[in-house]
Amino acid sequence: MRVRALETILTEKGLIDPAALDEIIDTYENRIGPRNGAHVVARAWSDPAFRTALLEDATAVVSELGYYGRQGEHMVAVENTDAVHNMVVCTLCSCYPWPLLGIPPGWYKSDAYRARAVREPRKVLADFGVTLPETTAVRVWDSTAEVRYLVIPQRPAGTEGMDEAALMDLVTRDSMIGTGLALNP
Amino acid sequence: MTRPEPVFEAPWHAQLFALTVHLNEAGRFDWPDWAARFSATLAEHGLARELNGGDDYFAAWLETLEALLAEKGWAEATAVAEMRDAWEAAYLRTPHGDPVTLDG
Repeated sequence: MRVRALETILTEKGLIDPAALDEIIDTYENRIGPRNGAHVVARAWSDPAFRTALLEDATAVVSELGYYGRQGEHMVAVENTDAVHNMVVCTLCSCYPWPLLGIPPGWYKSDAYRARAVREPRKVLADFGVTLPETTAVRVWDSTAEVRYLVIPQRPAGTEGMDEAALMDLVTRDSMIGTGLALNP
Repeated sequence: MTRPEPVFEAPWHAQLFALTVHLNEAGRFDWPDWAARFSATLAEHGLARELNGGDDYFAAWLETLEALLAEKGWAEATAVAEMRDAWEAAYLRTPHGDPVTLDG
């Protein structure tokens, strides 16, 4: 009811449009989610020129696909390889690439994840069921209000010849945060 | 893919999120400023106990937004408290199933 009170007061003052609030909720509940990010990843796997452009300037590339940040933030894509595994956190609050992944899950916003992701990333990964070879370095990216990261997971073996739509189904939300891997076909 | 969990755990989380995003998009405040204030509230709350990222996360969010709106002079604390009471009274007097309105 405290939220309701704010809405009423701001509406009476003409500072907000209640219809716009419904539109925003509908967008985030129904239209924006990890499928957007999966689309970007699947295309990066399939199209080398797209991948190069994405790694160079993710903001421009994903905007072209219609996934632009409503908060004017800058997007950065980081790619997992045999040598490096990337993982994303926001240690201060919960900055997250909304246009690509939607609203973050509860654990992403928890103190436990925010504190431990930087301090002991391998243990956090183990909690998510991900064990990496010792030779793979783990790099943790701390999101801010201005910069949001998208992890491009490694393309699973045995997916040669799969089209973009089929590849999208292998790209989980967690794999784009770096707390998971892409699914095997 | 496994079925995703609900985007918002509670309707008021969604309302609060939308309200904040809308105010930002309408140019009432910029996002880095918001994030800095919100981070400070979270850090403060996190000192007292471990936050689980659910209700307590949005409670910190609400506190931040209320403080920001009061500071800007758009929604003074007393006005918000009065309006909250008015809504509470409206909920209490409205028969179950009827739409809740302030003018009763």
